[in-house]
Amino acid sequence: MFKRLADAGTAVAITVDGKPVAARAGDTVAAALLAAGIDHCRTTPVTGAPRAPYCLMGVCFECLVTVDGVGSRQGCLIPVREGMKVETQLGKREAGR
Amino acid sequence: MIAASDLAPSYDLVVIGGGPAGLAAASLAARAGVSTVLFDENPGIGGQIYRAITTTPVADRAVLGEDYWAGTELAADAKASGASIVNGATVWSLDPQRMVGASIAGKVRMIEAKRVIIATGSQERPFPIPGWTLPGVMTAGGAQTALKAQGLVPSGRTVMAGSGPLLWLLAAQTLRAGGRVDAILDTTPWRNWLQALVHLPDFALSPYFTKGLALLREVKAKVPVHRVDRVEAVGKEKLSEVVFASGGREQRLPADLLLLHQGVVPNVNLANAAGVAHLWNDRQLCFVPVLDADFGSSVPGIAVAGDGAGIAGGTAAAERGRVAAIAAVRALRPEATLPDTQAIRQKLQREEMGRAFLDWLNRPAESFRQPEGETLACRCEEVTAKQVRDMARIGCEGPNQMKAFLRCGMGPCQGRLCGLTVTELIAAERKMTPAEVGYYRLRPPVKPITLAELASLPISEAERKAVER
Repeated sequence: MFKRLADAGTAVAITVDGKPVAARAGDTVAAALLAAGIDHCRTTPVTGAPRAPYCLMGVCFECLVTVDGVGSRQGCLIPVREGMKVETQLGKREAGR
Repeated sequence: MIAASDLAPSYDLVVIGGGPAGLAAASLAARAGVSTVLFDENPGIGGQIYRAITTTPVADRAVLGEDYWAGTELAADAKASGASIVNGATVWSLDPQRMVGASIAGKVRMIEAKRVIIATGSQERPFPIPGWTLPGVMTAGGAQTALKAQGLVPSGRTVMAGSGPLLWLLAAQTLRAGGRVDAILDTTPWRNWLQALVHLPDFALSPYFTKGLALLREVKAKVPVHRVDRVEAVGKEKLSEVVFASGGREQRLPADLLLLHQGVVPNVNLANAAGVAHLWNDRQLCFVPVLDADFGSSVPGIAVAGDGAGIAGGTAAAERGRVAAIAAVRALRPEATLPDTQAIRQKLQREEMGRAFLDWLNRPAESFRQPEGETLACRCEEVTAKQVRDMARIGCEGPNQMKAFLRCGMGPCQGRLCGLTVTELIAAERKMTPAEVGYYRLRPPVKPITLAELASLPISEAERKAVER
């Protein structure tokens, strides 16, 4: 969906669901996911539908991800950091499991 | 970087939001000798219009345009002003006594403010069409943010849909950056010209007139533009095609990315939760705070400046911030020397001149504001337009009761992406005006925080003893 302009910043290594992703300094988590072509970052709590970053300005809460073990973080507001562990967030839970 | 522990327990002025209004306000106040702190939740200052102004990787100035780079001076001016500027700071609470709850890197502080200027700006108006929650569908503003802050440009099959200046600006910036725009679907209703035309002479005198015409020419020379009255995003797990129609004639375009935009509206959440009175603005089709000539709100000591005070654009936002800051300084430090208010008000008036034309021309059609059937009204709780309409029809009186019935507005976005839709749907079904229906009653925390963050508040010995056995 997106490509980077040639002169974008230095490399920052993060993992998404355990797989290495090459982010750049100045990326937010949500931007790094978009740049890597990852097509969804969470599933919804009601129907389990896939969602991806939508507004990138802190308003829509579609880019909620787990960052270094903390859930429901707004990916568009968090800058990437070397070694950061990002996980897609599975929203739907079934009672008793 | 300023940490929570570096903050004073109280400030003369707390400014919330680091866009043009907030930067201009903080800078003016700090220079007038008022102790000022500015909180902004983003990694850097600039707000949306000057997003990443100090860090953008887009080196070629022609790509984003000179209007963007005008933010450089504003940012530098604020940084040198002596105001404390705190990025990565989420303000999740503001009460009528002007106690500000802020969270910085997981640590919470409650800060007392003698004066508060809310400069939280605008957000994109909800654009509820079928399929708007599919991955591959984003706001035009979102794509522009990715371009400014990370140098990301649309590279797959890209369709832009909607109306308003930002859509055309993004198309031009994308093309200049070597990105791809396959088509623009213009949703502006022709009949809007009936109301817009009388305001054309004023618009012709505003700075936006020649810029707007040049943008339209630039984009239309390179991209096919279709006038449409229906847009749908189609796909299974993600967007695969965009379906659009004009006068019943349907067309389909395979697409990887659909960028939506139908104007911006004030981001009311913090002001609403602080108890600031709002009124429906029928021209801009949104709720705006009730303000005096100095942008003072109905809550003493709290002002709302910038696009949060009603949409007027980035340059007007800075002037509004200055007006609000002058009022704050006058109240706090009457002996301070201040810039000429009259000159600032005149500039502001000039900036606001073309607004009526833009508002009337780009007023989104009813069908793009009041969805039907299975189209989601509330993205978070996945509540359909039909559900909201049905509830209104059987007697649900307003958005707050609708929360109890359907949970719409109760997800993490706290109504930001469904509030206006729900108000308008109820109004349409119950034959009322949006003004009569009203808006969600919002409460802090206006942004989610964790219990661990709350527990990080400093506790005095007396407070500890009061609850310990």
